[in-house]
Amino acid sequence: MKDENLFNALIELADDHSILCHRLGEWCGHAPILEEDLALTNMALDLIGTARNLYTYAAEIEGRGRSEDDLAYLRNERQFRNLLMVERPNGDFAHTMLRQLFFAAFMEPYWQAALESRDETLRGIAGKAVKEMGYHIRHAGEWVIRLGDGTEESAQRMQAAMEALHIYVDELFHSSPAAEAAALAGLLPERGALRTAWLENITPILAEARLELPEAPNPQIGGRAGLHGEDLGHILCEMQYLQRSHPGATW
Amino acid sequence: MYSQGLIGADGRTEESEAFLEAFQKRIDAEEKIEPKDAMPEGYRRTLIRQIGQHAHSEIVGMLPEGNWITRAPSLKRKAALLAKVQDEGGHGLYLYAAAETLGVSREQMTEELHSGKAKYSSIFNYPTLSWADIGAIGWLVDGAAIMNQIPLCRCSFGPYARAMIRICKEESFHQRQGYEIMLTLCRGTPEQKEMAQDALNRFWWPALMMFGPHDKDSAHSEQSMKWKIKRFSNDQLRQKFIDATVPQAEYLGLTVPDPDLRWDPELNDGKGGYRHGEIDWDEFWRVVKGDGVMNRDRIAARRKAWEEGAWVREAALAHAAKREGRRAAAE
Ligand SMILES: [Fe+2]
Ligand SMILES: [Fe+2]
Repeated sequence: MKDENLFNALIELADDHSILCHRLGEWCGHAPILEEDLALTNMALDLIGTARNLYTYAAEIEGRGRSEDDLAYLRNERQFRNLLMVERPNGDFAHTMLRQLFFAAFMEPYWQAALESRDETLRGIAGKAVKEMGYHIRHAGEWVIRLGDGTEESAQRMQAAMEALHIYVDELFHSSPAAEAAALAGLLPERGALRTAWLENITPILAEARLELPEAPNPQIGGRAGLHGEDLGHILCEMQYLQRSHPGATW
Repeated sequence: MYSQGLIGADGRTEESEAFLEAFQKRIDAEEKIEPKDAMPEGYRRTLIRQIGQHAHSEIVGMLPEGNWITRAPSLKRKAALLAKVQDEGGHGLYLYAAAETLGVSREQMTEELHSGKAKYSSIFNYPTLSWADIGAIGWLVDGAAIMNQIPLCRCSFGPYARAMIRICKEESFHQRQGYEIMLTLCRGTPEQKEMAQDALNRFWWPALMMFGPHDKDSAHSEQSMKWKIKRFSNDQLRQKFIDATVPQAEYLGLTVPDPDLRWDPELNDGKGGYRHGEIDWDEFWRVVKGDGVMNRDRIAARRKAWEEGAWVREAALAHAAKREGRRAAAE
């Protein structure tokens, strides 16, 4: 393999995007208004586009002839490296939008920094993704504001979403040894350095939404080591069932 | 996705002879009728009914296909299916907007769908049981939709005709994509081919039913033809669909599940066409009237989304009002 660290770091990112896409896809046809069926699908499409680019590049780096689908559909729970936040169940619309905001508010500065990568392919992936993440921040951010500063019920639901999700924020800024090495090599951004940029994205939105980010003295961390909650296994059962039940078939 | 031979349209109208004649003259001259133009009540009612049914079909049609998004067998197929279902939602949006120009609100139409008062295409009351159903729906259901909708691009009502032009382009893309799924399955493993045949077996007859009852049993077609809302009869469109689709099934190596299907050189004014076996109209009416496998689940899913989303819509309104209040106070 050309660069095992880069391969592993790319898999982490690809899994984040693929699993979050899967979650947003669950909304399709069930959103609170038709416009949101379209918007959630838009965001899911952005995520799957980036996931495909990342898996494809990871497969190329690996050089063993695996495809994007081999990587997405033929690894098991312990081999998945996504953040715990993205596998959380959708919950209500407040949960889904807050999760999306948290994720995009990190990925936007991440891809912005990746525009300076030494790797041309990664600069290309980042160039497309950074604009998409800007849109996700705006879209999810507007909903967080509307719901946080809407009715009493919506404010309560937004608060509940905040309580449920804030414990997954810290993991955004953690790096696995592979990601650390890729950062040292100037290929991918250093995640820990993006805390300020994330806060700058989040703070004005939360202020308008009348929400506060609680302290999380015991954050949930483990996705990068393949230590997930119980939900991921069920996602993979659904997602991988055709690939698993028809080995080698073309779709 | 699709518009069915309209179910239960009522074209009765009460305007004066002279008014109706002048209106008919505009129609006959192929003038487009626009929302602010004077029009017979029956014309307006028929269009509200038809465009509403069409919009609801797009929205309910998101459910059977959405059922496979999380199980799509590859990243490429998952992306394509997400995009397709999104397109159908977009079709619903333009169509609701077209119906709104006739003086009915989207909320009102939505309530009529949920109460069972408004109909939608009965094809969506069949379940999607395998991945091949996603191929079969694209190929057959979007295919039948195109047959129905291409003439609607010339419908006398301007907003509907213009919405159809935009929609038809996407439907034909869906049709080709669905066919390509079928082709991939038919060239795949024996299990995949069997899956494709099974999907054709289940969707063939319901697809033929999408064109609505036989002309002799289609009560309100004549007035719609006269008003150029409709350009071809149900049976004519069904025939076109069969003639186009049977060779496609042959190319796939699949068998159309109709033992009476045969080529007849006399059909279509001597150009030849396929004669088909008897359609089970009892099944058609049973499903239209609410007793298909999925009718209850479809409406329940739409209602659930609507009811569980109520607090979101209320919050959006409340927030907009607060914002407006603050803006006014600052001035
Ligand atoms: Fe379609
Ligand atoms: Fe459509």
